[in-house]
Amino acid sequence: MSKARQSTIRASLVHLALVAYTLVALFPVFLTLVNSFKSKQAIFSQPLRLPTPSTFSLVGYETVMKQGDFLTYFQNSTIVTVVSIFLVLLFGAMAAFALAEYRFRGNTLMGLYLAIGIMIPIRLGTVALLQGMVAAGLVNTLTALILVYTAQGLPLAVFILSEFMRTVSDDLKNAGRIDGLSEYAIFFRLVLPLVRPAMATVAVFTMIPIWNDLWFPLILAPSESTKTVTLGAQLFIGQFVINWNAVLSALSLAIFPVLILYVIFSRQLIRGITSGAVK
Amino acid sequence: MNRTTLQGVLLASSVLAGVGVASAADVTLNIESWRNDDMQIWQEKIIPAFEAKHPGIKVTFSPSAPTEYNAALNAKLDAGSAGDLVACRPFDTSLQLFEKGKLEDLTGLDGMKNFSDVAKSAWTTDDGKKTFCVPMASVIHGFIYNKEAFEKVGAEVPKTVDQFFAVLDKLKADGTYIPMAMGTKDMWEAATMGYQNIGPTYWKGEEGRKALIAGTEKLTDEGWVEPYRVLAKWKPYLGDGFEAQTYPDSQNLFTLGRAAIYPAGSWEISPFSSAGLKLGAFPPPVAKDGDTCYISDHNDIAMGLNAASAHKEEAKVFLDWVASPEFASIYANALPGFFSLNSTPVEITDPLAKEFVSWRQTCKPTIRSTYQILSRGTPNLENETWAASANVINGTETPEAAAKKLQDGLDSWYKPAK
Amino acid sequence: MTDLASEQGTEAAQRRPRRWHILVFLAPAVIVYTAVMILPLAETLRQSFFNVVDGRSVFVGFSNFATLFGDPRWSADFWNALRNNFIFFLIHMAVQNPIGIALAALLSLPGLRFAAFYRTAFFLPTLLSFVIVGFIWKLILSPIWGVAPWMLDLVGLKAMFGPWLGKSGSALIVVSLVSVWQFIGIPMMLIYAALLNIPEEVIEAAEIDGITGWGQFFKIKLPLVLPAIGIISILTFVGNFNAFDLVYTMQGALAGPDKATDILGTFLYRTFFGFQLQLGDPSMGATIATIMFLIILTGVCIYLFGIQRRIRRYQF
Repeated sequence: MSKARQSTIRASLVHLALVAYTLVALFPVFLTLVNSFKSKQAIFSQPLRLPTPSTFSLVGYETVMKQGDFLTYFQNSTIVTVVSIFLVLLFGAMAAFALAEYRFRGNTLMGLYLAIGIMIPIRLGTVALLQGMVAAGLVNTLTALILVYTAQGLPLAVFILSEFMRTVSDDLKNAGRIDGLSEYAIFFRLVLPLVRPAMATVAVFTMIPIWNDLWFPLILAPSESTKTVTLGAQLFIGQFVINWNAVLSALSLAIFPVLILYVIFSRQLIRGITSGAVK
Repeated sequence: MNRTTLQGVLLASSVLAGVGVASAADVTLNIESWRNDDMQIWQEKIIPAFEAKHPGIKVTFSPSAPTEYNAALNAKLDAGSAGDLVACRPFDTSLQLFEKGKLEDLTGLDGMKNFSDVAKSAWTTDDGKKTFCVPMASVIHGFIYNKEAFEKVGAEVPKTVDQFFAVLDKLKADGTYIPMAMGTKDMWEAATMGYQNIGPTYWKGEEGRKALIAGTEKLTDEGWVEPYRVLAKWKPYLGDGFEAQTYPDSQNLFTLGRAAIYPAGSWEISPFSSAGLKLGAFPPPVAKDGDTCYISDHNDIAMGLNAASAHKEEAKVFLDWVASPEFASIYANALPGFFSLNSTPVEITDPLAKEFVSWRQTCKPTIRSTYQILSRGTPNLENETWAASANVINGTETPEAAAKKLQDGLDSWYKPAK
Repeated sequence: MTDLASEQGTEAAQRRPRRWHILVFLAPAVIVYTAVMILPLAETLRQSFFNVVDGRSVFVGFSNFATLFGDPRWSADFWNALRNNFIFFLIHMAVQNPIGIALAALLSLPGLRFAAFYRTAFFLPTLLSFVIVGFIWKLILSPIWGVAPWMLDLVGLKAMFGPWLGKSGSALIVVSLVSVWQFIGIPMMLIYAALLNIPEEVIEAAEIDGITGWGQFFKIKLPLVLPAIGIISILTFVGNFNAFDLVYTMQGALAGPDKATDILGTFLYRTFFGFQLQLGDPSMGATIATIMFLIILTGVCIYLFGIQRRIRRYQF
């Protein structure tokens, strides 16, 4: 009886702590959303109030919809992000497996070589990178962005995935080898399913900087047809510095797609964990 | 490296050309600019006006945010993927691009005869021989005020510095309005709307500016320190927490009618006039009534030709049009507050813009003191001036100490020609 | 690459002389990475040994480095940025990682309801772009907009409010805390995944031995997730010494007030690309980039050779 009560108290304390941090995490986002639906005067006089019939206003969203082609921007961002994540996960997992599984001379060196990329921001290579893209005729294409983001995401993916792959049981792999599986089959059929949670984690980490990047869209693909959402929103802020309705609306709209992508990957993460693969 | 660059340029041109072949033989010109605020005006007014007269040439305006413009443009020019036409910042930023061969020499362009030497000065080599951008507009500094606020406290438009502070005192005592809307968070407001706004009156405009370049005056001289002392006195009249007040904060405070005076650049005219307030403007106050007044009338924007453009002929046609009175009139009226540099006078309709431009008759104009030559080295005088002005207003540095630091920084690399 | 694959060493290699699969596994990543990332970066680092003299790029050896450390202005800026960067890093280590671990520990409690909701909520800030984070927090902390002062007023602490982002004493701390707020999802996720990876048998065995609650967390789980904690520490280090965007969006490229929030990333950006009237200086920029690279490389090596080797790894 007292044990049950004790655990109820414990559970409520846990929830109390979690709810408290939830408030901290969500408050600024809440503020953005709420104010994007209010008139400008109301934003300033009562920033914390929910919109009332008298202060409710969609003028911000109307301005956003009139300006620029946000639907195309969303589409571009989505293509770039999804394709890059796929390539990062595939190439990254393969390389991580090679590093974690096989002993060959230069293994550590190769690991270090692939880790260099996490140490210098790729932005520093901009000029040479742009020259290369120009020479390859890739300027103002989504391919240029995908290549850059794949290269940018690989080091971290290899770093994290190889760490996780080292925890995969050798017995399992050796059993597979005895059953006559090729190394490729061992990788794709035995190891990959086991590191799915780690893959989902890497996917999420890779996604964030790609979706939110401002610099490379600006340099490599600034044309109207290849513009990404973040670049569009940034231009928007510049254009309407004092039109905060519009800025807040644009920011609110930019939150949703990335949230949806996250939810998709996090399902994958949960499925990976609960399917009992981790054994 | 050189061969790849060349290759790159060639390929870039073919890529650009490929994009251009959208409709038959039409040529598309791309404009790079930092004026993303003007997007609509270019798309709806300027470009249609040009295209109507020049079939076969299409123009697209593709701006980037002001803060990223220089970095992005340089990278694109180096790699050969920049647009055909580029908006030119005044003085050294563009001069360096010209010297590196990134911008075409436009001295021989027909339309150049429409501009005076002063108008061209910001985009001309030091020896005055070559001009590389077509001047578009200048901006003027002054103070914009809320007429209702002045009526409420019974204040007259101030002419002298003493009157200026008397008005501020009245506003502060009344308490309805924040006397002056300016913050120091973004720093450049303090330098540009503060120091460069009131300063010319003390250093006597062009006279002082040229003496500084010649080395006969120093930033520690009275004429250059005094404006800092005046700025330091602004502190009590700024809003609560002005140290963290950003530029958009200041704009919002003023357009929401919560502040009385806004130290301004004329580019604020069009966003402010849509706020539905009754606004007036006055030039920087002078020491004694009857003294000569000085204003900062700063060459701000021009347009140059990318030396690697594949459509130089068409681009020159466009630039000639930019140099025409027709463009000047469209631009100046679509963007009141950006004053044409064209020798042909432009009829301006906006009353506030008219007020600003009328000071050209009564006051002596000058350009910002830090822009020509003096910001070529490291530490960069303009950027240091931002920090110094913000520090002086915040009270974290004395006017004398700030001036000394600036002069020491300048001395470390700048040797005036004897 | 070929000699890598044909490497002979272990008995396995003797059975299969050429282990082509290693090459196949490594090739795509190595090719994309080398072509798109390493070569452009190498070109940049090369520039740190060159400078423009009379309009031509000339090899100058270490003289750019001598300028960076010898010239009083350059070196003052550099040490200021480095010091701020260390403070930035220490705040992350002291605040972000412990809170992240604690949240992950709570989330991984068996049978916790709404776990998915909490996880998404905690991770949401990490998903936001710097454009959004910078804009929102500037608004909240704005003395004019007044959300922060108003909230402090609720708990009777209004007097404590100040224009924090504009004061040199507090700006760096506030910016660091905003960064902590934004990135806390990353350590939380990694630790969470690691905690879920602990097999139930281990936990059951501990419970049979009577180790539960806090004791179980500190004695059993924490040691098991040490490798993951190692990873988040080194990721934090690398991330912090590469940081740039948040300071740039909140405080501008000059990292005000009076360079109080200047970290290596913003110092580098200003130097390399220039700012306002200051022209970009690729040579000095590349020099700073090289030094940053060395700092981070040192940190990573300490981790790889000093710490990672000592952490016991458990295979499940």
